[in-house]
Amino acid sequence: MNDASLSRRKSKYTPRTVPVSEDGSKLTTSAMIASLDAEGRETVAAPFGHALVDLAKTRDDIVGLTADLSKYTDLHVFAKAYPDRFYQMGMAEQVMISAAAGLAREGFTPFATTYAVFASRRAYDFICMAIAEENLPVKIVCALPGLTTGYGPSHQATDDIAIMRAMPNLTVLDPCDATEIDQVTRAIADHPGPVYMRLLRGNVPDVLGEYGYKFKLGKAQMIRDGRDVLFVSSGFMTMRVLDAAKRLQADGVDCAVLHVPTIKPLDLETIAAEAAKGGRLVVTAENHSITGGLGEAVAAALMRAGVHVPFRQIALPDAFLDAGALPTLHDQYGISVDAVTASVKAWL
Amino acid sequence: MGRDTSNVSLARRAYAIRRNALLMGEVQGQGYIGQALGAADVLAVSYFHALNYRADDPKWEGRDRFLLSIGHYAIALYAAMIEAGILPDAEIETYGMDDSRMPMSGMAAYTPGMEITGGSLGHGLGIAVGMALGLKRKNNPAFVYNMMSDGELGEGSTWEAVMSGVQWKLDNLIAIVDFNDQQADGKTTDALAQVPEAGRWEGFGWFAQEIDGNDMDALVAAFDAARAHPDPVPRVIICQTKMCKGVPFLEDREITHFVRVEPDEWARALTILDEDRPDE
Ligand SMILES: Cc1ncc(C[n+]2csc(CCOP(=O)(O)OP(=O)(O)O)c2C)c(N)n1
Ligand SMILES: [Mg+2]
Repeated sequence: MNDASLSRRKSKYTPRTVPVSEDGSKLTTSAMIASLDAEGRETVAAPFGHALVDLAKTRDDIVGLTADLSKYTDLHVFAKAYPDRFYQMGMAEQVMISAAAGLAREGFTPFATTYAVFASRRAYDFICMAIAEENLPVKIVCALPGLTTGYGPSHQATDDIAIMRAMPNLTVLDPCDATEIDQVTRAIADHPGPVYMRLLRGNVPDVLGEYGYKFKLGKAQMIRDGRDVLFVSSGFMTMRVLDAAKRLQADGVDCAVLHVPTIKPLDLETIAAEAAKGGRLVVTAENHSITGGLGEAVAAALMRAGVHVPFRQIALPDAFLDAGALPTLHDQYGISVDAVTASVKAWL
Repeated sequence: MGRDTSNVSLARRAYAIRRNALLMGEVQGQGYIGQALGAADVLAVSYFHALNYRADDPKWEGRDRFLLSIGHYAIALYAAMIEAGILPDAEIETYGMDDSRMPMSGMAAYTPGMEITGGSLGHGLGIAVGMALGLKRKNNPAFVYNMMSDGELGEGSTWEAVMSGVQWKLDNLIAIVDFNDQQADGKTTDALAQVPEAGRWEGFGWFAQEIDGNDMDALVAAFDAARAHPDPVPRVIICQTKMCKGVPFLEDREITHFVRVEPDEWARALTILDEDRPDE
């Protein structure tokens, strides 16, 4: 009967005044549907939903399911276009996943959506035994990956990759931008096995186009080369390290960016070959806990390959994170462009 | 404080809860205000008629436990706890701010009087079963109230807890369902609530009451009956509520899970609320 829960955040337990940001404006909690990093960039609306609609024109086997989150995963676009191929399963993640398994058994290719926390935590056993163990072609597409909401640990999927990576047969994807989400959606529809895909929704920035990038399932790809630092990144952290690389360039630090949207199976060859070139600090960057995500996967891959290089991880701490405004939280936990730039400078 | 002994009417309490919630919504420019306005009457009866607690000692061992299973309704509970004196008025302006004790989703570690961490729906009733078992082990006569939503009726975990409560004869467990017929994607009755709600709970063995959750007299009677019911079974009060209740221009808006309120509308809503302020 001791009070462990209260001691965790003792500092919160005293009266507070209204915090303000440097320019004097109040920092408010970021809504869950806020579009990340969209400011000052080209964006595309609902890339996943539109890609799925496009696919469905020629693929009768594609069906959509959601657990009361179609509007919040862009699946409403599909629901509107194909109402009779859309299943509103209610807020019941477990039966949504079981039913997706059943539909797959009957020859369909289900795309099932919810938030990353609810797929990875609540529905885990159902994904594992009903889908992965049978290698069924169910595509689980999840919004709010990592730290993309200020609502606190209940909605912050800081552990989803660690959880999903451990599941045999499952392909795990963390795309970066709108173009890549479009391409990934098409690629996984053709992939014969189960997939877990992290989703950015709403108005999603488009950044990789300018680098002539095209997604290939299972492949890590160099977005830019550089002599001093090798960033190995996934998800929207690739946007962030590209921005950081530009800033570091101004300080004479030359950064390469290796984008790794397929976390599992990991492209060991490319990662090891790039790291083995030597002379570069390897810095993994992920929107995920430091435990069990891309960084640890890369570290293990390099050790197994006998590649011994200076190595650092940009990742969220192994902790339940605070609630608050996303920019504040991203600075606080070291994944903003400012924080990434500062970390790399300190490490060099 | 034990049960409310002041002469302030429950209607006035509900008005104050709505007002506090609107003030908090204005701070953030957003919030689950539809839920807070809809559930204000249920919370007024909970905190000013039914519950036994000490405002200055939220951890008092003798208190009735009030669990907010629905973390996104935190704005509603903060509004009630401010009116109850558990949280100070002055903190209204910190709602949802970085480092506030009142984050937008309810969490036990942040807020005095917040018993559990919500946000992941379908947890509350199971925790309530355990607390009700624990109170019985300690011979503590307090009740455990679990405030939950109709959306949570979709989660399998809810129904596991429903059966468990009956197995353990938890007559100290009272579930309150805010049945606003709304969840994130639309109407709850279009999704997993396809049959009359009370019948489902009765089928599992609960003492079920289904009432208009915006009718103060009905609420008082239902809470009294839930506490007094003689059988060794858990109790549920299914409260049919109207989202945005008390602010007609919001009530008339196409109802959605997350009601959008324009910057100038907060003040307008407060004015409308004040026009009908009940007497003390
Ligand atoms: C386990 C779980 N699944 C999904 C969500 C996302 N979510 C947040 S609120 C909500 C709607 C739930 O219905 P209800 O609580 O009745 O909503 P309201 O009446 O507030 O509109 C959903 C699906 C969640 N918080 N938890
Ligand atoms: Mg509801």
